Amino acid sequence: MKNGTAIAILCCLLVLAGCNRPKTSPAPQATAHGAALVEVSGGKQVAQAGMELDQPVVVQVNDAQNNAVTGAAVVFRGPAGVSFNPASGLTDSSGQLSTIVTLGGVAGRYVIRATTTDAGGKNVELKLDEIALGYQQTLGRELNRQYCSRCHNPESTRERVSNYDNLTTKPHAFTEGDALNKMSDADLAAIISHGGPALNQSPEMPSFGYTLAKSDIQALISYIRAVADPPYHSAGVVYAKK
Amino acid sequence: MSLGEQIRSLRRKLFGDPARAFGSISLVLLGMLAIAPAKNYFSEWGHYQKGYLKLIRSRADALTLARHFSPGFQQIWLPEMDVVDRCTTCHVALKEPSLSDVSRQPYRPHSPIPHSLTQFGCVVCHRGQGRATTVQEAHNSTKAWEHPMLPSRYLESSCGQCHLGPLLGTPQLNLGRQLIAGYGCVRCHTVMQPDGTRMMASDDPPSLQHIAEKTTRQWIYAWIKNPQAYAASVTMPNFQLSDHDARDISAFLMAQSTPLAAIHNQPAAKGASASPDATAGASLYGESFCASCHAVQNAAGVLVGGDLGPELTRIGSKVKPEWLEAWLRNPSVYDPNTKMPHYRFDPKQIATLAGYLEAKTDSDLLANVHLSEATPDQIQHGKLLVMEDGCTSCHEVNGIKKPENFAPDLSRVGSRSLAVLAFPEGVPHTLPDYIEAKVRNPRAFGPGLKMPQYTFSEQQRSAITTALLSLTDRAQTQPPALRTAAVHESNYQPAGKAGRLMADLRCFSCHAINGRGGDMAPDLSWEGSSVQRPWLVEFLRNPETLRPALIRRMPRFNLTPDEINTLTDYIMIVYQTPAVDRDSLPASSFTPDMVEKGRQLFYSKYACQSCHIVDPNKDKGYIGPALWAVGSRLNAAWVYAYLKNPPAMRPGTLEPDQHLSDAEARSLTAFLMAQKSAKQAGKK
Repeated sequence: MKNGTAIAILCCLLVLAGCNRPKTSPAPQATAHGAALVEVSGGKQVAQAGMELDQPVVVQVNDAQNNAVTGAAVVFRGPAGVSFNPASGLTDSSGQLSTIVTLGGVAGRYVIRATTTDAGGKNVELKLDEIALGYQQTLGRELNRQYCSRCHNPESTRERVSNYDNLTTKPHAFTEGDALNKMSDADLAAIISHGGPALNQSPEMPSFGYTLAKSDIQALISYIRAVADPPYHSAGVVYAKK
Repeated sequence: MSLGEQIRSLRRKLFGDPARAFGSISLVLLGMLAIAPAKNYFSEWGHYQKGYLKLIRSRADALTLARHFSPGFQQIWLPEMDVVDRCTTCHVALKEPSLSDVSRQPYRPHSPIPHSLTQFGCVVCHRGQGRATTVQEAHNSTKAWEHPMLPSRYLESSCGQCHLGPLLGTPQLNLGRQLIAGYGCVRCHTVMQPDGTRMMASDDPPSLQHIAEKTTRQWIYAWIKNPQAYAASVTMPNFQLSDHDARDISAFLMAQSTPLAAIHNQPAAKGASASPDATAGASLYGESFCASCHAVQNAAGVLVGGDLGPELTRIGSKVKPEWLEAWLRNPSVYDPNTKMPHYRFDPKQIATLAGYLEAKTDSDLLANVHLSEATPDQIQHGKLLVMEDGCTSCHEVNGIKKPENFAPDLSRVGSRSLAVLAFPEGVPHTLPDYIEAKVRNPRAFGPGLKMPQYTFSEQQRSAITTALLSLTDRAQTQPPALRTAAVHESNYQPAGKAGRLMADLRCFSCHAINGRGGDMAPDLSWEGSSVQRPWLVEFLRNPETLRPALIRRMPRFNLTPDEINTLTDYIMIVYQTPAVDRDSLPASSFTPDMVEKGRQLFYSKYACQSCHIVDPNKDKGYIGPALWAVGSRLNAAWVYAYLKNPPAMRPGTLEPDQHLSDAEARSLTAFLMAQKSAKQAGKK
């Protein structure tokens, strides 16, 4: 009789266990809680729409004393189309969690959010911007690699030495939104087409108007706008009042 | 009242007399007639169109937008392309750039592309079912429609249907095509391109006919077990052979190898090989610019060097010393098709370099390889395996022919019907997912499959999938006028003594001439119009670098004065452009005034010093070639023509066309031609 009850209970438990099996993997159980979430690396990356970012996004959970917390649960979320691998997990021994981000299929800026809960059960959130390029911006990026980055990108790699340090007037990196966002599209087009002197700037910027097609210059501007930091907000079309 | 009576009274009320009957039937007819407009009114697309009108109502340009909007069913019909696209019925704002701040679909405007919507429609690029009128049917696959919309990560594949060559705006597609050619996919799979040509492999798998001269059976065993263990950069895939199969294949490959007498019939360097001098070896390796083509892992594990030739990190564990010396003496003796030039090293140099390379060993590589003497059975089995695994699709092996159609034809893989594909568990039922899964792990698709395992990154896999998806039925059948042709390499071959010399030096491995050759070094098609003969002689004797920032450089080939003369004569006379008359700008036509004017243009108006160095003490720009002795290097008429339009004279150059006036170009030429080398200046 006792045996029978035990078996019945076991069966019930098994059935319940079966019922409880979740359809998606749950957020892992946190073994510790932090007070702050900081970016280690991976923010403001640029990739083509629908593609993985080159580098993983790495975040770190710190406690109130700014020490790394191991075993805190972090969940990544993003707008529609963005996917994470993994989408959630526990921080490792250095308090960090790394995820590979695939951007959505539409060009633009994607704000991805990492969240963790502190000891009091409150959500702590970190927002990171990632940039997805459409066709025109991708073309702009390739043109930038070919013609512009030698001078405009101060970083040298083994294969591509930067000319930035050799210039008397230092060119703006294309991410310098503070400077470039103030310039209108027409100004940018003028300086690319006719060189620095067109806007009373240094002649070290040569004119590309006879080398690049109008659509190429448009693509470059579109790329410059896409990667600007802080982000560029178009003034929009201005219409005469009714 | 019973039910029957109720019905009877209702019938009397409705059809009791002719007038009532007429009225009732009219009402029913009216109701039926209203079905069609009502269906339209309550349809999905009608709902979206109403939503659009609501959206634009509050905008500043509402009037313009409303004028552009046409209600009802919309359709793009392109009979010759078999396009019937009704997408614009819901996606009403595709051509409204002023709505670029709208993120809600289906109201987003299309991002700018070089083609007009009305020219190509939508599904040519995005796939999906253009004729469908519901969201579900248009975007997703249904039983009657296998190709849902293409995820945007593969979208560049659609460009590849018409654009058969590389496009600047489609890096994924270009990379994918490069990988398919560079990893030899097309050695097993046939890919007929829409222009009727066959896609060619660009890799260079060696012949194995004399393999026993080159390496040991132990190394072959370790290599075929896992090529990436020898060098992570190799393109040979992993066939996941069992120990037995690897043992038998290595046995067969050694057994089929025939001796190559030419390798052994060379005088050995006297006593030089006894004590390899590591410092001398390293500096000879550097001086010969081996690193332009070959990479070696440095202490930090970073690959340093080019990828035209194989990685040399563990070369000492691979090749036999006598083979290496013979190879350095003249590579084409062992491999007539090699890209490596004949360096003309002297015996001492060969011994030094060979000693240096032989020291690049890895004791772990062959530590666990213990093979006993091969038996005839093993050799026989090995031969069978070599045939079955299709080794001869890439490598030449004595006694086995290259198989025809060894793997499925991929000419139309981008339109393959899902019904004929077997999906392994966990792979979503779409064509891109199938292709990507296949490239990721081919053996997961069933036992007995032969496709080997590659080690591609996520991005590379996605690029290969993109390139394969461009091989569609549409690409093959569309009107040829739509195709943008790829540039195929010419079969240009210089003739005569100079031609033989150029073949021996493998100039085409790095330089392109008349449409054939590599892109590592400058195109030489017009070299004879551009340079001065004494400079070219000196350059071939001892190539000094023109670009301080460049890593890859022209090696010194230890040419004899006679050989240099032959090459120089040929280049100066044959490789000319009709656009430049070498004698049109003699030195006497330049005045000191022009030189001074040119100097001002150089330093002030055009700031050429940002990229070029004329005065090494003052100028810093090192992106362009150094110009401190350009007057002794280039021809004045060429410099003038180049300054007038740099991209026309050197396609792909960074230097933009600045539309110099004739006078400006002449002054700049005068200034540049005044920059003589120290030797020439001293003579005067």
